[in-house]
Amino acid sequence: MTITERPAEEPRPSDPRAPTSPAARVYWQARDTWTVTKRNLRHFMRQPRLLVFSTIQPVMFVVLFAFVFGGIATVALPEGTEYIDFLLPGLFVQSAAFRSTQTAVGLAEDLERGVVDRFRSMPMSRAAVLAGRTLADLVRSLAVIVLMIAVGYLIGFRFTQGVLGAIGAILVVALFGYLMSWLFCWMALHVPGAEAAQTAGFVIVFPMVFASSIFVPLETMPDWLATFAAQSPLTHAADAARALSIGGEALRPALLTIAWCVGLLAIVIPLAVRRYRTIT
Amino acid sequence: MPDAPAVVVDDVQKRFGDTVALSGVDLAVAEGEVLGLLGPNGAGKTTLVRVLVTLLRPDTGSARIFGHDVVTEASTVRRLIGLTGQYAAVDELLTGRENLRMFGELFHLSRREAARRADDLLERFDLAVAGDRPARTYSGGMRRRLDLASSLLIRPRLLFLDEPTTGLDPRSRSAIWDITRELVAEGTTLLLTTQYLEEADQLADRIAVIDHGHIIAEGTGDDLKDEIGGQVVDIVLTDAAQRPAACRAVPDADLGQGDRNLRVSVPAGDALQALSRVSLALRDAEIRVRDVGLRRPTLDDVFLQLTGGDPSATSPPEGTASGTEEGVA
Ligand SMILES: Nc1ncnc2c1ncn2[C@@H]1O[C@H](COP(=O)(O)OP(=O)(O)OP(=O)(O)O)[C@@H](O)[C@H]1O
Ligand SMILES: [Mg+2]
Repeated sequence: MTITERPAEEPRPSDPRAPTSPAARVYWQARDTWTVTKRNLRHFMRQPRLLVFSTIQPVMFVVLFAFVFGGIATVALPEGTEYIDFLLPGLFVQSAAFRSTQTAVGLAEDLERGVVDRFRSMPMSRAAVLAGRTLADLVRSLAVIVLMIAVGYLIGFRFTQGVLGAIGAILVVALFGYLMSWLFCWMALHVPGAEAAQTAGFVIVFPMVFASSIFVPLETMPDWLATFAAQSPLTHAADAARALSIGGEALRPALLTIAWCVGLLAIVIPLAVRRYRTIT
Repeated sequence: MPDAPAVVVDDVQKRFGDTVALSGVDLAVAEGEVLGLLGPNGAGKTTLVRVLVTLLRPDTGSARIFGHDVVTEASTVRRLIGLTGQYAAVDELLTGRENLRMFGELFHLSRREAARRADDLLERFDLAVAGDRPARTYSGGMRRRLDLASSLLIRPRLLFLDEPTTGLDPRSRSAIWDITRELVAEGTTLLLTTQYLEEADQLADRIAVIDHGHIIAEGTGDDLKDEIGGQVVDIVLTDAAQRPAACRAVPDADLGQGDRNLRVSVPAGDALQALSRVSLALRDAEIRVRDVGLRRPTLDDVFLQLTGGDPSATSPPEGTASGTEEGVA
């Protein structure tokens, strides 16, 4: 041990700065959130399971769905629309929804780990653990979407609505994914353990993904299902991303998606943060 | 409030379902003091620490850290304390250095300051070489050191150590003890829980014994030893076969832990007389002894008597301590 040979005078702040003004509070919350975000991004890189989940899996979905269903799906599509063009914007939404189940698992694992106890005994922002996690997921979402676009381009996908349309499509999906992350954080704070979070996540996400316009147009569904799917925020998000990518009515689904996301985020963020503060 | 005691616990109760973890704890720790909280498994040590570091709300009662209530002024309390919990609270996927930098930034040090503190602490805690390996790959002792380092990025006025050396080998344990002593010398107030009496005796100014969720004794190690009675004459025979004969020669002897041990409790103020009486009786009976001596009860004796149930007030403490000493002899 080198404990005896320390420099005699060791400057060490005795009191972490207490936020003195509302502006300072916001600043520290943002900084704490960023610190936790960096931590979670490192986690992605160091967990093979997550790397596979966020890279290979979406790529596989793009390729498999395009080739397996491409043949029959084109029948239901408007004249001249290739299935890959229809599919890829939908898959952005699908992969964002699936990924959010990993948000729940990651948070549930964190709660089982001792490190959150340390966070909670420190004078840091209470919301930072959740805000940092969802922000890291947002960063990852954007990276995965870019990856999916690259793979899509290799097998024939093309944006036709210009750069702004493409960016709009990506942003709509990112916003939707951000909402899903917060919803699943909130869910993870209510179930016991990571496995429960995983199961609950899939039970919710799977039907939601298929009961939407992600894979096929609603007109091909039975009436009762189409009626349900038409109300789904996943349908709005997929329709918006699709219209912004390859043309069609974009404004209405985009506004609906934004309304859903902003409305639910305004509810779920305070609920999740409050829940995080109270659970032990 | 510079003059408020470091810790004041007032009738704190906490139950988990049917389990009463804390059943009315009262405790005070002065600034600069080292309090050892000693108790067996399940006594409520961790629960009490978690209440004091704002991780658990007490059901009833209140606790104050330097005058600040742990429930209503939790964020102020968090600024004053450091915690090294029973289970290492470090991020397994991050390296030691990344852990310390992260905690430093979360303590609101600047990035540069956090990085510098991280390097210093790695050096000080003998982790410099392992600093860039994920904490997942650390041994138990390294993990504990990293955990302790993580609570020292800022200078806490009050540090909680929950069983800091459980499961460590003697070398790692004494390393933790050395660091702890340094912190105390720098003026940090310390609340330390332990199951090891030796640890409490070595490090603490004052010991509180907790069992079944409340404090059953409090004082210095010497106070506690006095509390359960005076000295004993401790006899170690050369030959275990002579024990029955020895018992006949010294009728008031009790059997000690090992098969060659005997013990005689000594009435207050009568130590030398008892020692010579016992020695003469053994010599007259031609019993060979390896060792006869006066000794005070160890903290182990205190601990077992206080927490163990039935030892009567007068009988000498029986415990594992004598067994341990025999092992050394
Ligand atoms: N979260 C919990 N849920 C249910 N029971 C709990 C919980 N935490 C503690 N207990 C119970 O409260 C009692 C006190 O536990 P605590 O962990 O405080 O003991 P301890 O003195 O720290 O023990 P050890 O030396 O084994 O660490 C035990 O009976 C334990 O089972
Ligand atoms: Mg414990």
